[in-house]
Amino acid sequence: MEIYDLTAHELAEYIQKGELSAEEVTRAVFSRIQEVEEDVQAYVTLTEEKAYAQARHVDEQRRAGKKLGPLAGIPVGIKDNMCTKGIRTTCSSRILENFVPPYNATVVEKLEAAGAVMTGKLNMDEFAMGSSTENSAFFPTRNPWDLNCVPGGSSGGPAAAVAAGEAVYALGSDTGGSIRQPASLCGIVGMKPTYGLVSRYGLVAFASSLDQIGPFTKDVRDCALVLNLIAGHDPMDSTSAPNPVPDYTSFLTGDIKGVKIGVPREFFGEGLDPRVAETVRNAIDKLADLGAIVEECSFPYAEYALPVYYIIAPAEASSNLARYDGVCYGYRAVPEKGEKYDIIEMYMKTRSEGFGAEVKRRIMLGTYALSSGYYDAYYLKALKVRTLIKDDFARLFENYDVLVSPTSPTPAFRLGEKAGDPLTMYLSDIYTIPVNLAGIPALSVPCGFVDGLPVGLHLMGPAFGEGIILKVAYAYEQNTSYHRARPPLQGREKVKASGKTSGGR
Amino acid sequence: MKLSKKEVEHVALLARLALSEEEKERFRAQLNSVLEYAEIINQLDTEKVAPTYHVLPIQNVERPDKEHETLPLEETLQNAPQRDGNYFRVPRII
Repeated sequence: MEIYDLTAHELAEYIQKGELSAEEVTRAVFSRIQEVEEDVQAYVTLTEEKAYAQARHVDEQRRAGKKLGPLAGIPVGIKDNMCTKGIRTTCSSRILENFVPPYNATVVEKLEAAGAVMTGKLNMDEFAMGSSTENSAFFPTRNPWDLNCVPGGSSGGPAAAVAAGEAVYALGSDTGGSIRQPASLCGIVGMKPTYGLVSRYGLVAFASSLDQIGPFTKDVRDCALVLNLIAGHDPMDSTSAPNPVPDYTSFLTGDIKGVKIGVPREFFGEGLDPRVAETVRNAIDKLADLGAIVEECSFPYAEYALPVYYIIAPAEASSNLARYDGVCYGYRAVPEKGEKYDIIEMYMKTRSEGFGAEVKRRIMLGTYALSSGYYDAYYLKALKVRTLIKDDFARLFENYDVLVSPTSPTPAFRLGEKAGDPLTMYLSDIYTIPVNLAGIPALSVPCGFVDGLPVGLHLMGPAFGEGIILKVAYAYEQNTSYHRARPPLQGREKVKASGKTSGGR
Repeated sequence: MKLSKKEVEHVALLARLALSEEEKERFRAQLNSVLEYAEIINQLDTEKVAPTYHVLPIQNVERPDKEHETLPLEETLQNAPQRDGNYFRVPRII
């Protein structure tokens, strides 16, 4: 294995023992970026200079005998919707193409304080609206397992970067599946924590009652370590939960005897690729072999989650994105040559030129759902059904510790395959969306392959039940080898030298 | 079709979006298909159900009313598309 293939906890151990320096690790990751980024295109902005400065600082501290934090010196990539002071933060949108935040998101502050080495800002669907990263205004990111396929989305950049070894771990955001679905499609671990566990301060808002930041990692231990770092109350986010934060690594015992696992049959219905179903069923059998008590159960409101989401999320987005008006920051359209515009015309021209098609579509949908005459029929109705979905989960968690399902109904699809039909694209988040509506935590862990493309197992827990999810995921992972698989990605130079094809299965 | 072209134009104005003729037609068709799909939630009886605006049981979050540092003026204005001294400059309003 190469340095860039190792996990954060493995690298941290080498760094702490002095067997590798943070600078060497950083160099390994940047030379990997050099090698494969042309094919993967995960990064919007690279921060190489800053990364080396941070790495050298960690090395100096170690030489001075200071105790290093568990993730000090480890290269991390950040989804480009989290504010980074002095480093442009675009949301992969033309409207924020040149936006340089004057402050850091709380999670970025926490990473910096912990000695993290920031590699750069990662590509995404514009404003996190999408499931394939094809909605980036700049370029699509490709799946490291097959360059003709999408990495999923909206956090396709973070997922592809970690899978390709272009970052050791990454932070993404998840509004309807935007961490778990790309993690599944790229064969890595991705977690959406409980709403309110991780501060959203400095995360560019999409749908404020659903958005949550979480980790992309190569294994479950790394996931627990990153969660330790970013979880916790923040006075700068009024929706941040005041709950105490446990040491999440303490749940990694490997013992799941007697853990009660529910399998909602509605998550195995129409639209699920039978090969994915079989892979996930095998994973569930493995959990039973390890001593968990597995039972089929019912989640009757499952089919209503997607329509509810596609009313609530656009409604909140239409309100949040009203701030992009060309006044205080971001893009402002200029008047046609020789003409003048008034302020309303400036707003309209700015927003029409600055937003891409999917963002406009969702703003339109949300504006309609909130407009007078339709508010009760769409928005209020959706909020009531949201209560039914939330209560349904609460009922299930009276009987089960964890619920399991596939993360995504299909493995990675080809670029362009679903781009023409928004509704088909929306269906790829059918298993992840209910979780955001209820605010509960969930994780995707690699559980096999279909035609050489990764499949993820989706574990859902009760609110603030990250520990039990990590416990089950860890036990599963330690008894399988999927998390150790790496994509056969070589980079064009090496391909030329060896005459082999790259990016295939 | 639930949404007419006139309604699309009205919603676009509310959302401050200038749409081309082609966009109006495309969005009309796409929004209609999403709205039709969303119809299934009307099968559910929600008469006695309270809406969930927010999942956490936290309300009225307060903090001590103490002075704290704010962003310096220069940094606040650094992203301004157009500035005039210490002001954001905009086109004529009235």
